[in-house]
Amino acid sequence: MSTSDYDPACLPDLLPLYYRRLFPFSQYYRWLSYGGVSKNYFQNREYQSFTTQNELEKEMQKMVPYKIDIGAVYSHRPSQHNAVKSGTFQALEKELVFDIDMTDYDDVRRCCSAADICSKCWTLMTIAIRILDRALREDFGFHHLLWVYSGRRGVHCWVCDDAARKLSVAARSAVAEYLSLVKGGEETVRKVVLSDPIHPFINHSLSVVERYFQQYAIVDQDILGSKEIKFHNSLEGSSVSYDLHFSCVSVKSNSKKGGQYFDKEIMLQYCYPRLDVNVSKGVNHLLKSPFSVHPKTGRISVPIDLKELDTFDPFEVPTISLICEELEKPRAEEAEEDDMKDKENEQEAGERRRIRDYKRTSLAKYVKVFDRFLEAMARSRKGEMLKKSDLQKDF
Amino acid sequence: MQFPGRRKKVIGSSQNDLYDHCLQFYGQPPLENISLTEFETFAVERLKLLKSVENIGVSYVKNSEQYVKKLDAEFSSLNFPLRTELGDRRVQGGTSEYEKRRKDHISHFILRLAYCQTEDLRRWFIQQEMDLFRYRFGELTSKHKTDFLHKNNLKYETVSAEEKKSLKDKLITSSYGLSGITVEEYDFYKVPFQDALDLVRTRKVYLLAGNAYIPHHEIVTIVLNDFRTRLSKALAMTARSLPAVQSDERLQPLLSHLSHAYVGQDYSIQKNMGKISLEQIDALSGKSFPLCMRHLHKALRENHHLRHGGRMQYGLFLKGIGLTLDQALQFWRSEFVKGKVDADKFDKAYAYSVRHMFGKEGKRTDYTPYSCMKVILSNPPSQGDYHGCPFRHSDPELLKQKLQNYKVSPSGINQILELVKGMHYQLACQKYFELTHNVRMLFILACSNWACFCQLRDSPAKSFTEPAIVFTSAISLKSYRILICEVLYSALRFINPLIHSVCSKYRSFLTIYEQHG
Repeated sequence: MSTSDYDPACLPDLLPLYYRRLFPFSQYYRWLSYGGVSKNYFQNREYQSFTTQNELEKEMQKMVPYKIDIGAVYSHRPSQHNAVKSGTFQALEKELVFDIDMTDYDDVRRCCSAADICSKCWTLMTIAIRILDRALREDFGFHHLLWVYSGRRGVHCWVCDDAARKLSVAARSAVAEYLSLVKGGEETVRKVVLSDPIHPFINHSLSVVERYFQQYAIVDQDILGSKEIKFHNSLEGSSVSYDLHFSCVSVKSNSKKGGQYFDKEIMLQYCYPRLDVNVSKGVNHLLKSPFSVHPKTGRISVPIDLKELDTFDPFEVPTISLICEELEKPRAEEAEEDDMKDKENEQEAGERRRIRDYKRTSLAKYVKVFDRFLEAMARSRKGEMLKKSDLQKDF
Repeated sequence: MQFPGRRKKVIGSSQNDLYDHCLQFYGQPPLENISLTEFETFAVERLKLLKSVENIGVSYVKNSEQYVKKLDAEFSSLNFPLRTELGDRRVQGGTSEYEKRRKDHISHFILRLAYCQTEDLRRWFIQQEMDLFRYRFGELTSKHKTDFLHKNNLKYETVSAEEKKSLKDKLITSSYGLSGITVEEYDFYKVPFQDALDLVRTRKVYLLAGNAYIPHHEIVTIVLNDFRTRLSKALAMTARSLPAVQSDERLQPLLSHLSHAYVGQDYSIQKNMGKISLEQIDALSGKSFPLCMRHLHKALRENHHLRHGGRMQYGLFLKGIGLTLDQALQFWRSEFVKGKVDADKFDKAYAYSVRHMFGKEGKRTDYTPYSCMKVILSNPPSQGDYHGCPFRHSDPELLKQKLQNYKVSPSGINQILELVKGMHYQLACQKYFELTHNVRMLFILACSNWACFCQLRDSPAKSFTEPAIVFTSAISLKSYRILICEVLYSALRFINPLIHSVCSKYRSFLTIYEQHG
């Protein structure tokens, strides 16, 4: 039902339609211009810069981009960066971002590899989102997080708080390292090493992992059934089993190899989120934009509703072919009435039509998630401004 | 932003406000006038204090009981502020707390002047000041610590007892070495996580709602890091403005005495080094430098710049006569900065090549100064260059003018020009030397009495250093000057081991001289 046979060759035909009638420009513009807090902000986005939503729309409809990446806000218009004295042209602000990619887990998943994903390994993303979302909110005090499905094999997180956007490179890298537990590449067998005392953050993360471990690792991935699992070699002389009663891994070790927390380390190595520190560190780094179309799968990069996280299915995410098809379906009666009103006012008509359009497609619920996220940001911004004006005694 | 009605009263000049805390970050320099005596006394006493900090820190475990006791004693005997309130009654006839704090403030800034010049000095100064700060911060009461943090824009709140209790387990597990008891007893501070990145990165601290909960022994680390960064930056800035200060004759001797008084590692590698101070160069250039170097020095002073050829020739010469790398860097930087090059550009573009000359970069060859042969035969100067040999490369008319400016007698000038015509450039240079020093070479050769030679100088004191200069310039003019060294060899070798070693290589030149007659 959902994929509707997406064919990459159709993309050139579908994209113009998408941008003309489905892309949620007003929300998108609202997001990027952050409620007009800083006037020059939106003008100075990377590469293409726009002053109004209209400009943005027209430009995108003209260009019909295959890929949209978002970067930092610069101090001057990017097109002028050569004219401006070096050193003063700088990235001013950028959201704190995280990129979780399924290929980074290839050494611990047995169902798929590389760009493939399936329902068995998707749980890894669920676990990652839960752990990171909690940490970013509770430990770091961030409030405005947008989780987005990348369209193929991973998820992105956009942390949009003011404080987050102003973080230095050193601060971003510190946050990313705080959140990293799995370290090491091809040659490292034991990728998680725990020692006393176990930090509360690790304990929180463990409790999330434990919730999913039995279904994910023991049943779906069947990690104990295979002797190939590499790091068991370091356990020579030990036996690893899963205790169903306590829902945890238990290691009976004869040798002194492996510390007292081997059981926890195993669980973390299989399930703990693996993020690319470089993506989070770089202020100049570009990340795929929400609501862009993934060229290989045709899926739209949609925001993920955390309230329905456990039931999120990446294979249910609409493709561009599907939503374009849905557009063609015959319209309801009320829509025709509205059409009459529209003839009177062209510009608003365009808007309203578009809103009606995507509402008729599977894209609707995802735009709602985005709406809610923007509402929350607007509310908190209003609160901030009230606070500020109180201090200033501006009335 | 206007706060018309709520404007805080501007902090007055009353004593209590100026030094309202016994500890400070030394952010603002003192703005009053003080006598030279006070200047010197304050500086010397602080230096004594810092030396004690260093010595005691080496003899006892830092912050142990004995350490504290010993340092306490030093503080009292030297009258530095420690932990008393401003209003406290002073000991009969002793210094008031206010006066102690004022001394602390002023003496710190004076020592900055003395210790900003070289890498080594800076490192030592920062190290001792940090130890001092750490000790004094540790001795503050809890309330005073918080006061200090707030006054210095480190708005860190202490965590209340109830909050500590509710978070006890989490606090214990987030830092190594904490138990239930220590959590109860110690102060914890709430610091925004952006100010505690090292602890966050390594997950050595508890985080909640964007704040790191830092036990008091770690807050010192954070404050110290802040202190070190500020002081380091300030010292770099001070170093750049130093030449202006050093030109004040009243201060210069004291400052140089202070920085030499520090007994740290021996920062002079060759005994030759450090025998020259930068202030001497102008005078020496007129009196003792060979003409080529005098020419280069003058061009540098006038244009605040020298091109590559000039920098190499003159730079290596300065090294040869005993300038240290740090002196050289300061010398070039202070001159270039007067021109079109700002300090940052100097550090980026020119500092490297100075260090290269001293063998600190690249393949680390410790280059020797150019010999006369090299100067005469290679790399002729072009428009805008000032290097080369004036006798070889200058137009004879211009050379004549220059010699006239330098008060060489007309007959002397003619002799020189004759030698130049005959392409005896080094002899011409030697003639110039003779004429400007009122010395006759033959006289010296005949009379290998070093004392006699010395009498020809202005004063015995100067002759001790100046002959060294004169003869190191001889290194540039290897073939003939070395001869003089040879004769006074036995007398001079103890002054300048460098010459000694060079001289011994060039005995063969004796015969050449004889041939030239």
